[in-house]
Amino acid sequence: MDAIILQILNGLDKGSAYALIALGLTLIFGTLGVVNFAHGALFMIGAFCAVTLSRILTLSHTIIDETQKDFLGNPLKVDVPYVHDIFGVSAGNAIIDWAVPLSVLFAIPIMILVGVIMERGLIKHFYKRPHADQILVTFGLAIVLQEVIKYFYGANPIPTPAPEAFKGSLDFGAIIGFDPNIIIYPYWRIIYFAFAAVIIGGVFAFLQFTTFGMVVRAGMADRETVGLLGINIDRRFTIMFGIAAAVAGLAGVMYTPINSPNYHMGMDFLVLSFVVVVVGGMGSLPGAVLAGFLLGVLESFASMREVIDIIPGINQVIIYLVAIIILLTRPRGLMGRKGVMEE
Amino acid sequence: MSKSDVSRRGVLKSGALMGAGVALPTIFTAQSAHAFTNEPTGSTVTLGFNVPQTGPYADEGADELRAYQLAVEHLNGGGDGGMMNTFSSKALKGNGILGKEVKYVTGDTQTKSDAARASAKSMIEKDGAIMITGGSSSGVAVAVQALCQEAGVIFMAGLTHSNDTTGKDKRANGFRHFFNSYMSGAALAPVLKNAYGADRKAYHLTADYNWGYTTEEAVKSSTEAMGWETVAAVKTPLTQTDFSSYIAPVLQSGADTLVLNHYGGNMVNSLTNAVQFGLRDKQVNGKDFQIIVPLYSRLMAKGAGANVKGIFGSTNWHWSLQDEGSKAFVRSFGTKYGFPPSQAAHTCYVQTMLYADAVERAGSFAPCAVAEALEDFEFDGLGNGKTLYRGADHQCFKDVLVVKGKENPTSEFDLLEIVEVTPAAQVTYDPNHPQFQGGALGTCNNGA
Repeated sequence: MDAIILQILNGLDKGSAYALIALGLTLIFGTLGVVNFAHGALFMIGAFCAVTLSRILTLSHTIIDETQKDFLGNPLKVDVPYVHDIFGVSAGNAIIDWAVPLSVLFAIPIMILVGVIMERGLIKHFYKRPHADQILVTFGLAIVLQEVIKYFYGANPIPTPAPEAFKGSLDFGAIIGFDPNIIIYPYWRIIYFAFAAVIIGGVFAFLQFTTFGMVVRAGMADRETVGLLGINIDRRFTIMFGIAAAVAGLAGVMYTPINSPNYHMGMDFLVLSFVVVVVGGMGSLPGAVLAGFLLGVLESFASMREVIDIIPGINQVIIYLVAIIILLTRPRGLMGRKGVMEE
Repeated sequence: MSKSDVSRRGVLKSGALMGAGVALPTIFTAQSAHAFTNEPTGSTVTLGFNVPQTGPYADEGADELRAYQLAVEHLNGGGDGGMMNTFSSKALKGNGILGKEVKYVTGDTQTKSDAARASAKSMIEKDGAIMITGGSSSGVAVAVQALCQEAGVIFMAGLTHSNDTTGKDKRANGFRHFFNSYMSGAALAPVLKNAYGADRKAYHLTADYNWGYTTEEAVKSSTEAMGWETVAAVKTPLTQTDFSSYIAPVLQSGADTLVLNHYGGNMVNSLTNAVQFGLRDKQVNGKDFQIIVPLYSRLMAKGAGANVKGIFGSTNWHWSLQDEGSKAFVRSFGTKYGFPPSQAAHTCYVQTMLYADAVERAGSFAPCAVAEALEDFEFDGLGNGKTLYRGADHQCFKDVLVVKGKENPTSEFDLLEIVEVTPAAQVTYDPNHPQFQGGALGTCNNGA
């Protein structure tokens, strides 16, 4: 029982990342009809927003410490962050320590801007082209973006830790009556799950309860009619692309303490996220979220030693197996709409 | 007017005879002119540096390339000479190799076996490389080593830690200076026993590929021999990024020690996840929970940040060593590039020097002559103390470093501290040891 609870918890935070990326993918597909293979790269750029802010906050000037030697035997050069000079050592360290949460604010405008530039600069030219062309151009864009990041930040992972206050783990088992140390769960992963829930809820509320959202939903249902009513639906869809980019970016920002970001992290999530979108149902926002969490939990269960002992290798194929079964039984996915991707 | 005796048939006959006469010396000397693949005939000799320039190990590859460029500079008489000054063999004079200026070409392995073979093939066939060296993965090393054997050139492996490189996949034309999984296990076990006792329950997470298997086997056998119990050994996909679902069950298993048989990005992520789950703050079986990383790399440790603090592992070489060879290399490399070299850079530099020295001692670039000069060659002054290039399997035997993540690093390079220098004798094994059985060196190939 304890193992099952543990894997459900694990699956929820993994599913959070899948759901956030898949949500953005579905928003773009549902509004613009574009299959965006560069969406994983937006997740990666979001993570590197956190790295960048962390580097900005640790911008330093150098002082020479005559009492210590460097590796060549010369007096040691010590970097002193400017925030120490401005706010004092204690407050300065606290600001640096909170770089990742602060990056959420830093990343929102950047990611919206990146999304809008991507859509206006490249993707809009492919609206009327076949999906194969869209996939090729966005996949190429993803490779370009990751190589640009690698050029500036290197190929190695860059540690971007959570604030000291959120290090360690919660003994969840002890709270619900199990022995201590049996079901433990890192605080930051709990925060990640809560953060994902807030973002997903915010996007749904925005689409459901605002006039802007209502127009966008109407446009998703019948773009031509909305256009005939004199509404500039293209501009709204461009903004939605920016919002989808921000959702992926924020998922990346908050993911950095879980795994040190590297230039390839977007590709690691991309294929899985597409499976999530397909399983959820192309164009269905609730389907993307549901499938994200479902596949996250299933992937966790398939990684259990007891399961691998019975079916070796199941941990590597479980998501694709489930996708095949669901698509065979429900060809439009869990919550797919009739007519989407069926022309 | 006299009649000319010159006929068309006569001209053809004479031409054919003259052609044959002119060609005759070439026909009979062709064999000796190209006695082996890419025999250097001009004033230069070309080496092929096959390193990951793209992909996840690109930073390690960049450091390897820096070391190769430094080695070439030193071989051609430039710079301060680096470890040429401390090398026990004095065959190298700083005038290239056998008086020929050293040039180099580079290839990108991408840390993919097929790409690495393609780039090595291109350097051999198009650029005329006489020797191939480099790499940051055992899969690549084994693949390129086999290619070099077929092509008839020497392969001086870069960073490759799997037992198989000089075990079941060894080749007569291939040589490895870097240490291996068995040596890591043999060096780590006594240190772990001293630090954590002989009664431990270990849980292994192992990267699901060749290097992972040999490392798991080596660490398991050496720790079990000193009394540890292996509770479980779980394979993790090489593409895994989030290890939470593999780490979460560790405490439930009753294990008090986690061994991460991971390298590169896998190691960074699994260690980060394990520390996040607070494993190191827990007590199991009345003991503090411990994590072990059998193969450390400074470049990878940097990716894991503060998570490496206090965690034991092993490494082939570290820039903080105080022997004359290491100091000379660190001074040379640090002055040129502004930071200390990695273990990957060290082994690549040393391999280039060893190859050049062997050519000088053999008096020939012929691969089989070079191989003979390297086999059972004993040397010192290259940073690992007295070293033997064993002829039976082409593996170097030298001291192995047991290291620990430093508690209070003074710089971004100062991440590991040396806990023990394990003597070569303690990590030496029989060529027919069970972990190295299968395969044979075969015979050296000169190609042509």
